[in-house]
Amino acid sequence: MVLSATDAGDESEEIAVKYFVLLAGYGEMPLWDQLDAEEQEAGMAKHAEFDKECANRAGVEIVSAEALDDGSMATTLRTRGGEMTVTDGPFAEATEQIGGYYLLDAPDLDTVIDLCRMLPAYDIEIRPVPDMG
Amino acid sequence: MTSRSDRSQTWADQVLADTFRSDWGRLVSVLVSRSRRLDLAEDALSEAFARAASRWAVDGVPANPSGWLYVTAHRHILGRLRAEEVAGRKVPLLVVNPMTDPHENAGDDLADGLGADIGDDRLQLILLCCHPALPRESRPALALRLVMGTSTDQIARLFLVPTPTMAARITRAKKKIVAAGIPLGAPVEHELRSRLDEVCRTVYLAFTAGYTPGAGPDLLQADLAGDAVRLAALLHDLVPDAPPVRALLALLLLQHSRRDARVSGGKLVTLDEQDRDSWHRDEIAAGLGLVVGLEPDHGYAEELRLQALIAAEHARTSTAKATDWARIAAYYADLEELTGSAVVRLNRAVAVAEADGPAAGLELLAGLEEELHGNHRVAAVRADLARRAGNAELAETAYREAIELCENDVERVHLRDRLDSLTSTDR
Repeated sequence: MVLSATDAGDESEEIAVKYFVLLAGYGEMPLWDQLDAEEQEAGMAKHAEFDKECANRAGVEIVSAEALDDGSMATTLRTRGGEMTVTDGPFAEATEQIGGYYLLDAPDLDTVIDLCRMLPAYDIEIRPVPDMG
Repeated sequence: MTSRSDRSQTWADQVLADTFRSDWGRLVSVLVSRSRRLDLAEDALSEAFARAASRWAVDGVPANPSGWLYVTAHRHILGRLRAEEVAGRKVPLLVVNPMTDPHENAGDDLADGLGADIGDDRLQLILLCCHPALPRESRPALALRLVMGTSTDQIARLFLVPTPTMAARITRAKKKIVAAGIPLGAPVEHELRSRLDEVCRTVYLAFTAGYTPGAGPDLLQADLAGDAVRLAALLHDLVPDAPPVRALLALLLLQHSRRDARVSGGKLVTLDEQDRDSWHRDEIAAGLGLVVGLEPDHGYAEELRLQALIAAEHARTSTAKATDWARIAAYYADLEELTGSAVVRLNRAVAVAEADGPAAGLELLAGLEEELHGNHRVAAVRADLARRAGNAELAETAYREAIELCENDVERVHLRDRLDSLTSTDR
């Protein structure tokens, strides 16, 4: 999304922001493995619809997307005073609920928010990925 | 420009002040949408106004003052861009939704700026400043600064924080807009209603800040609340058909019309004791005119409508005695049902006390202390109602409690006066 200053005002160049979209199963969306087969199918349908809509929108592209294994499968590394410790489990209790992510290119935040309405009722965190170039 | 001395103003200064008031937001919006540099546009425009202040008095007022300001600010931005280019800096740009950019086919900026019309993106700018992805406390500050041109100093005074704190808050919010890719451009249709609700909330927050007594010697910052009223009026010009916007403007006009009567001799004057001749009648007439067309609604628009109806009841009576308190109490009951707010119940208690007697009001105060912990108003209202119900003992305790909790000097003097008059009648 970073353009050189001389591009300012040049509308011809499309800006795309990279967004990390984190899906968490709090609130009204339980953990995936707690859903019955029918609910899982409905959830999958929503993801498929989301993918399709992303493909239809100008300037939107799914760079990558994965479902993650649950928090009990996580391993956490912490380095303190140069010493790395390895522990079982996720960062914090809350992140145990993280179920997956999308990495998207999109023209702006409003587009991403609008697209996320199509997903199951996850709690969703959207973070821009800064362009380090 | 609320605090300039009029006497020494030359005509050039007058034109500049008028242009500031009418065109600041329009100029910012166009500079922002064309340069896509949220961080430069406002500084550049301030610079242009400063230059105009020294140049116009000497060179004469240009034929198109806002065109002159636009061109000068635009040149300032170009200068900064060239400096960045030389330094090899890359700066992120604001996302401008091309679908809604009215300048897609704009010709040469310079010629355009000198022409009669430089465009108007103020609604987009307001929506940007009030985006729900921004911190709630930053939105009114950003809107006042960018759309109304209220100085950071004044905004800091309005929200009772030090100027550097407010400056940092505004800078952070601008950074988030650019980094998160919050776009300047119309939100999708089905989001416009909720986005307008957020805008109205933001403007109302800015307004009430002016009427919230803070810690310290100043009772109110009603002069600064005036910028919020003008922002609401601008919003109503831009989207006249939006019900929450109409209700908001009505409410603000009616409440703000009483500003000169609220403080006298450094003391707070309650509604029943206000000199109604110093209420601004033209604003009341405008507010009442807007209230008439409001249909029952839902959500935040209905909250604003009910509050506007309450303000209208006060505004249309020429004496405090003539107030239709039963009707006001009924509006408050609806409002409480809608919001579940303890503050609304407190106000409802006051209205019910007027309509049905202080004992009925006191009943509604039960349990409010816990919900509004540390708020001196519960104790202050209880004290007044107890005094009127003839319960001097309860009144005295409650006044002392209110004085203890109250942080505003002027309001505390008012409470102490009440307490003194209570104990002197006892003697």
